[in-house]
Amino acid sequence: MKVALLGGTRGMGRSLARLFAERGDAVCLLGRDPAELERSAEDLRARGGKQVGTVPCDLLKPEGFGPALDAASGQLGGLNTVVITAGMFAGQEELENDGALAERLLRANFTNTVVFCEEARRRLLAGGGGTLCAFSSVAGERGRKPVVIYGATKAGLSAYLEGLDHKFRAAGLRTVCVKPGFVKTGMTAGLKPPPFAGEPDAVARRVLGAIDRGKPVVYAPGIWALIMLVIRSLPRTVMRKIGF
Amino acid sequence: MSSDSTLEGWGRRPVPGEEVRGEDLERLTEGAVLTRGLGRSYGDSSLPPPSVRRMPATPLADRVLAFDAETGALRAEAGLSLREISRVFHPRNWSSPVMPGTSHITLGGMVAADVHGKEHHAHGCFGEHVRSLKLRLADDRIVECSRERHADLFRATLGGMGLTGHILEVEFSMCPIDSPWVWGQTRKIADIGEFLERLAEANDRWPYIVGWIDCLTTGTNMGRGVLHCGRWATAEEAPAGTPPEKRKFTVPFEFPQFALNRPFVRMFNWGLYTKQRKLSEGILHPDPFFHPLDAISEWNRIYGPAGFTQYQCVLPTAAGPDAPRRFLELLTRLGGASFLCVIKSCGPEGTGMLSFPTQGTTLALDIAVRPDTQKIVDRLNEALIEMGGRIYLAKDMFTRAEHFRRMEPRLDAFLEVRSRWDPERRLRSAQSVRLMGDPE
Repeated sequence: MKVALLGGTRGMGRSLARLFAERGDAVCLLGRDPAELERSAEDLRARGGKQVGTVPCDLLKPEGFGPALDAASGQLGGLNTVVITAGMFAGQEELENDGALAERLLRANFTNTVVFCEEARRRLLAGGGGTLCAFSSVAGERGRKPVVIYGATKAGLSAYLEGLDHKFRAAGLRTVCVKPGFVKTGMTAGLKPPPFAGEPDAVARRVLGAIDRGKPVVYAPGIWALIMLVIRSLPRTVMRKIGF
Repeated sequence: MSSDSTLEGWGRRPVPGEEVRGEDLERLTEGAVLTRGLGRSYGDSSLPPPSVRRMPATPLADRVLAFDAETGALRAEAGLSLREISRVFHPRNWSSPVMPGTSHITLGGMVAADVHGKEHHAHGCFGEHVRSLKLRLADDRIVECSRERHADLFRATLGGMGLTGHILEVEFSMCPIDSPWVWGQTRKIADIGEFLERLAEANDRWPYIVGWIDCLTTGTNMGRGVLHCGRWATAEEAPAGTPPEKRKFTVPFEFPQFALNRPFVRMFNWGLYTKQRKLSEGILHPDPFFHPLDAISEWNRIYGPAGFTQYQCVLPTAAGPDAPRRFLELLTRLGGASFLCVIKSCGPEGTGMLSFPTQGTTLALDIAVRPDTQKIVDRLNEALIEMGGRIYLAKDMFTRAEHFRRMEPRLDAFLEVRSRWDPERRLRSAQSVRLMGDPE
């Protein structure tokens, strides 16, 4: 596979990039900081990555998305898989008190992520198809008190990815929407892990399986599919009372 | 963040504290007093002093920064685990030069505790293979140190329990191996006398040696057990392919306090001993050979809610050939019913100023915490001081400051280096408060 990965220097993206590289896929890391990109690329090479490239790309600068994907494609000699794990997280309190932060998070997690996916979609379809994998969240499954704004961005993203899947699968575009539950990464540092919290490496293995099979939706860790089934079926009166 | 969160070492004796993980170690360690890795030290080495709660932790900072396949030099961020190093590099016929009993440890922790393994008599501590370290100092500066550059800081950091600086990056020499498999030999040992004989004999023949002693047997059978020796298998001996990943079992819950009573442990030890053949030799999977307990996740739960401690000491050769026997006699007399008593020989003292091993015999045993644990440790320490031995800080939770001072003539030199780089003793741990009188 020839994979471009936005957000592959950290967290679940880092774990996923390693799995690709270790099994011999060509990987191009897209990210904001060139020095960080180079350190991560070296990590992938030391772990046996044969073809590893880097291209600067900032989720808050959508004008750079197209050129970055072109550059990645140039480095790897084509692209058939695009993954975006990048995104922002902030607590609900913080977002309520800081309008500018909320606006930035809305833009990064929804608008710009969709714009990035659109750029990837065009290129993958032009090349005859491929896989587009984006990291949404279980937070998008239901409006909930601790993730009102963050959850809304992920709900929008999940809806977009589902539509994409319906419309373009026949044309050869396989869409994979990843819905992680709580995963112990730098992004969730400082939050108390709930029961069933996942580790990035285990999540990445599950996601890789879903990418290989073209599974449209994957919960990780798997138990969250069940948890969210319950949460989705709770009546509003109950949701209003509980803090989850 | 919840205000009642706690942190604990592997011995499960919690103190208030919060662990903060992140990929960016430089940012994470800014202004911090201590950094922890995977929290596998048994006692309070990786716990904050009483006035501090926030503890940066390294496991997400785990990138390999450079690997030279010609020389075997590997540089990585401090959170990279030994397990990951073995997983990635064993199939390419490179190994960590030192393989301690667990692989769930980080490079930073391996440097801070200057860990040793079954190969100490042959390869020395991990520090002997470290080329260079990147540290964040007490004044928040970031420096590189090695045998040539800031040599005092380098020597104090090997085995310095993280008290000289936050370890950010580690560069060390990997060891070439012929295959990722082990050729091992296991021998049943009748008593402590035979044990010491066989250990001495094995030292010249095997790079990896460890003995297991049944601590509950007294009288003529005292010190009976099993001796494991091994080396990396040659390419001809090794089976095809790399060793498969072993299935793991998890201890699902905390055992009640009475689970590890004396008759039960006695039966367990007896079972282990009797099922062992007199002598067996052959190809082994590296995981059960190097890290037998890693097969059981969270095995520390078997000691129940009060937790446990490990007493590991080294008895120097100068204490006489009879020292291990005398110490074992005391140990069995005090009776701290233990699954595991491990015995092996150590090679000479290494580069680290406060590193644990020295030429002699090391004994390690787990002790479930009970009201008399402090007394047991005190009695053992008094005997140890008399023999000129010392304890391993990475395992310790109960040693008293005055005992530590008497078993560590090297302490003043170590404190002098700390004073040079950290005059206000900003960098400190729960353990350094307890043993070195650091400010709370």
